[in-house]
Parts: sequence; C-alpha cells; structure tokens
Amino acid sequence: MAKKVFEKGKMVPVPSHSIIPERDLYKSPILECSHLGIDFGGLAAVKDFNITVGRTEIAGLIGPNGAGKTTVFNLLTKVYHPTRGTILVDGMDTAGKTPAQVNRMGIARTFQNIRLFNNLSVEDNVKIGLHNQTRYNALSGILRLPNYWKQEKMAHESAMELLSIFDMQDLAGHKAGSLPYGAQRRLEIVRALATNPSLLLLDEPAAGMNPSETVELMENIVKIRDTFHIAIMLIEHDMNLVMGICEGICVLNFGQIIAKGTAEEIQNNPVVIEAYLGKQKEG
Amino acid sequence: MKNLLKKKTTRTDFLTYLGVIVVFVIMFALQQGDMLKNSTQGMLVPVCCFVVMAVSLNLTVGILGELSLGHAGFMSVGAFSGIIAAMSLEQTIPSDLARLIIAIVVGAICAAIAGFIVGVPVLRLQGDYLAIVTLAFGEIIKELINCLIVGYDENGLHVMFNLSGKLSVENLNMTENGVAIIKGAQGAVGVDKLATFPMGFVLVMLCLVIVLNLVRSRTGRAILSIRDNRIAAESVGINVTKYRLMAFVISAAMAGSAGALFGLNYSTLSSTRFDFNTSILVLVYVVLGGLGNIWGSIIAAVVLYVLPEALREFNDYRMLAYAVVLILVMLATNNERFKAAPSRVIPKRRKGAAVNG
Repeated sequence: MAKKVFEKGKMVPVPSHSIIPERDLYKSPILECSHLGIDFGGLAAVKDFNITVGRTEIAGLIGPNGAGKTTVFNLLTKVYHPTRGTILVDGMDTAGKTPAQVNRMGIARTFQNIRLFNNLSVEDNVKIGLHNQTRYNALSGILRLPNYWKQEKMAHESAMELLSIFDMQDLAGHKAGSLPYGAQRRLEIVRALATNPSLLLLDEPAAGMNPSETVELMENIVKIRDTFHIAIMLIEHDMNLVMGICEGICVLNFGQIIAKGTAEEIQNNPVVIEAYLGKQKEG
Repeated sequence: MKNLLKKKTTRTDFLTYLGVIVVFVIMFALQQGDMLKNSTQGMLVPVCCFVVMAVSLNLTVGILGELSLGHAGFMSVGAFSGIIAAMSLEQTIPSDLARLIIAIVVGAICAAIAGFIVGVPVLRLQGDYLAIVTLAFGEIIKELINCLIVGYDENGLHVMFNLSGKLSVENLNMTENGVAIIKGAQGAVGVDKLATFPMGFVLVMLCLVIVLNLVRSRTGRAILSIRDNRIAAESVGINVTKYRLMAFVISAAMAGSAGALFGLNYSTLSSTRFDFNTSILVLVYVVLGGLGNIWGSIIAAVVLYVLPEALREFNDYRMLAYAVVLILVMLATNNERFKAAPSRVIPKRRKGAAVNG
C-alpha cells in the first residue's frame, strides 16, 4: 500500500509530494510551501515555489548561482516577507511572523556567510541558541536566585552535550571568531540545533571544507537527523554531499523549480543538465 | 566557591568589586580622619555619580552596542525628580537617609519612564540615527526643565511650565508656607545637601552588581548577541526589540539614580549642568575605559573626573593639558607593545589561560 503511494509521483501532475520518504508519508509534513513568490522591484526572484518536507527528511535545494536558493531560505525564516503564497510550519501559517517567532515555531538556520557572535565564547554562542530553552527572567539573573543557578547549570550541560556532536567541547572557552573556518561552520550548526528546531536549514554547510571534512559532515548530518528526529533542508554545491544524503532534491533555476525527485532522477533529468551545463547543440 | 573563582569572568568581577571596596574604605577613612583637602572632599560624591554614569552608559554603548549621546538627559530627569521628591517630603519624613534613598529611587523610576518613552520609537533606528535622536532628547530635556517651575506647600505640589518666559514662582499661587523647589532658568535652589559619600559607594556597588550579573545571565547574553550580530540573534529566536529596550531602560534608570545623588550634593542646580558636554564627557570615560569593559569605565571615570582638578596649576592651559593627556592615553592603550608590557614583566602569564577555565 505504502509503496503505491510512494510511486504516485510518476503519475500525479503535482510533483511536490513525490519526494517525501516512505516513513514520513503518514505523518503531517513539517513544512509546506505553496505558490511562494517574492518580487524585488520588478524582478521575480522566486516564482511559484511549492515544496513539502517530511518529518525526518533530508531535503536538498540545488541550482546554479543566483537561482534564488538563499532567497527561499530567507523567505522561510521571514528575513524577507513573501509577496505571494503561504508557508505552513507544522501546519501553522507563518504570515506576519518575525524571524524570532519563526524560530520559536521550529525553524532554525545557518548562514551562507557565517554569522556567529564573534566576540563571545563558543559556549556562550551555544547558550544564546539555548535562549528560549532556559527560563528565568532578568530579575532572577541580576539577583542570582536559585532558579538562575539551576537553569545556568542545565544550559551549560546541554551546551556541552550539543558541542560534543562535533567533538568541540575542548573549544568551549575560545572566542568564536578565532576558530578555523570549518569549526565556525560546525558551531553555527550546533547553535541552530540548540534552539530545538523541528526543521534545520543549512545554507552551504560544506563550503570551504576539504573532501575528508565533507565526508565527516555528511555523516554528522545524518547522525543529527537520526538523534534529534528532525527534518533537514540544505543548500549545497557539493554534488557528492547532495547526492549522497538527500532523499528528495529540488532544483531551482531563475527562481523557479525545474525538477524534483530522488538523486537518480535528478542526475538523469535533461532539464537539470541543461540548467547546469547549457544546451547541447543539435548534430 | 573555589570552582567559581577559577572562571576568568567571575575572577574579573570579583576583583572589580574588591577594587571599589578597597578604594572606598581608604577614602572613607581619610575623610573621617579629616585628612583630605577641601577640594578632594567635594569631589567624592560627584566621582561616585560619574562612575555610575559611566557604568550605565557602558551598558548601552559597550554591551548593547548603540551610540547614545543623550545620557546626561536621563541624569537630568533623575536629578530634578529626585530633588522634588526629597524637598517635598521634608515635613513628612524627617530622616535624611530615608529621603535620600527615596529621592534616588524616584529619580531612577522617572528616568526609566523617560528611557522607555524615548526608547520605544528611537530603538527602531540604528547607528547614526539613534545617536542623533538621543542627542536631540538630551537637549529637549534640558530646555524643558529650563522652563519648569515647581513649588510645594500644604496643598501638595504646584507644577507650571514657563513657556512664555513671563511667569515666575508667584504665579504658582502657593500659601505662605510654600517653598519654591525649581525656579525655571535658575534651576533648583535651596536644595538640602543630603548626598553622602557612603551612599555614593552603595549606589556604585548596586549598579556594578546589576550590570555585571546581568551580563553573565541569559538576558545579558541576548543583549551581547544583538551587538555582535543582529540577524543571527533574530535567527535563534531572540526578541531583539525587547532586549534592546530593556538594556536602554536599565541604563537610563541607573543614570537617573546617579542624577538624583548628584542633584542632592549641591544647594543650587541648573539644568544647563546636564548639557551635551556632560553626555560627551561620560562617553569619553566609556570609550577610554574600553567598550564593554566595566572596570575600565570605573577607572577612566575616576581618573578623568579628578584630572581637571589636578591640572588646576596650569590655569588657562588646563583644558589643553586635559586634551593632551586624553590623546596620550588613547595612543598608549592602542599600542600593542604597551599592552604587552605586563606579560613581559610577569613572564608566567600565559595567553592560553582562558581555555582551561
């Protein structure tokens, strides 16, 4: 039965549901975008973007430079407000929400150009991610009431536990800005995870990493999905990573989805090849 | 406790408190022993006030990362509301200390309200625009208090705005026992000099506890994250507007309490005392002491407040010498070799110490 539904994609004209992995099919999707679009001046940067992401799916968003991939992330996190269309996070509409509110609804993200709190320690960076998980007000912080000590201890422990995903506990006291590039990327992921998301958006997580680091990152992304049971959506130019771990891939060109499907389907799709390499001359 | 002291930040806080206490004890002993010059004696309370001002402005400029050029405006609000509270309660509460505390609290609350009113619209702005609006606020407060006439009698407070410039205390229609508290452009007159050096010390300690504990808490981390990267702070679910406003209002409240103490240290006080120059003076303390560096602000405030007095022998060249000293200090503190000097003298100081803590 389930298999039949999974194969539906080939015959149904709406391809957006085709890439949800089988195990997520009977759960409500974590993210549903329909007819999402944004105009900058007269330019439609993203047009009619439809996607559905399953509960524990690893989804990939690829496309040539300037295709609008990061713009999609900025729309999802409400850095930009969409001109058209709706975004449902766990069934709830995000219209009119601020980036901070969207984060509390369950979307966390990293940035293409790393945005860490450079002058603060690695541990503090993670603790800031834990901001909405620690619960005490400013007054108990100033007076150092028992609640402060309890919550701070908890924050310290969770921060260390999260850092241990990437074996970064030893770096806890270092300034975030002084870390090497790869470690900064990993710290951004840890900070995003600290906000307890149900959907993690990674914007080029492997940028600037060497091949062995990338392999390690791939393993870690899968590990994060399996331990936290969350959905992950990533933008990446490293095709080995995308084809290796993404269950559903969505290809964007000039702000429009040109293909959706599994890694195999995408690799053999003539439209995708054309978008990346240009059209082959006849004859 | 032992574990706590191992942490570098806790150690710095501890040394800051210790330093302030030691200096206070020495100065208090000298004061009690009548070993201070008159001019030094007169500087004790203002120094405390300006230390609080510097610490509170550091919260806005150094920790929140927003340039505010109207901090003297909040001091002014605190000073005059504190004076009004202290003077009008003269009959009801005979105890000087109680009235001083009430005045400081009233000053802090009024300044906090002013900070909130200014902050709500202003904190939608950033950078230069915020600086310009706060500058304007400082000037507006100065002019408003300049035409304020307040008196007190059995029937309560009489408040009047002398906008036409023709009104005076007589227009308040007070009874015979009425006391004029603020006389428009003349400012507050006949103020009881309630301020004491120990009270100044308590206020400094209180502000230190508030700022240092705040920075090491969840709230403080949120404020710091906004300074470091606003977009990232939003992306991890921090309500940027709320925490900016909170830092701004706390900073204003502390400036108000400093103002109340300052106001009750002089028998007359005019609103022109809290002009743009005062705001800049406090900003100089903060910048010279180091942005976000609390103990630096304290030292800078003390040294730079005392310096013009110490330079009195230069007479006309006093402010020139002050400027030269400022420039030299800035050059010295930005010099890598000068900064490295302590580690050359004490060879055991390792750079990696912070990692272990």
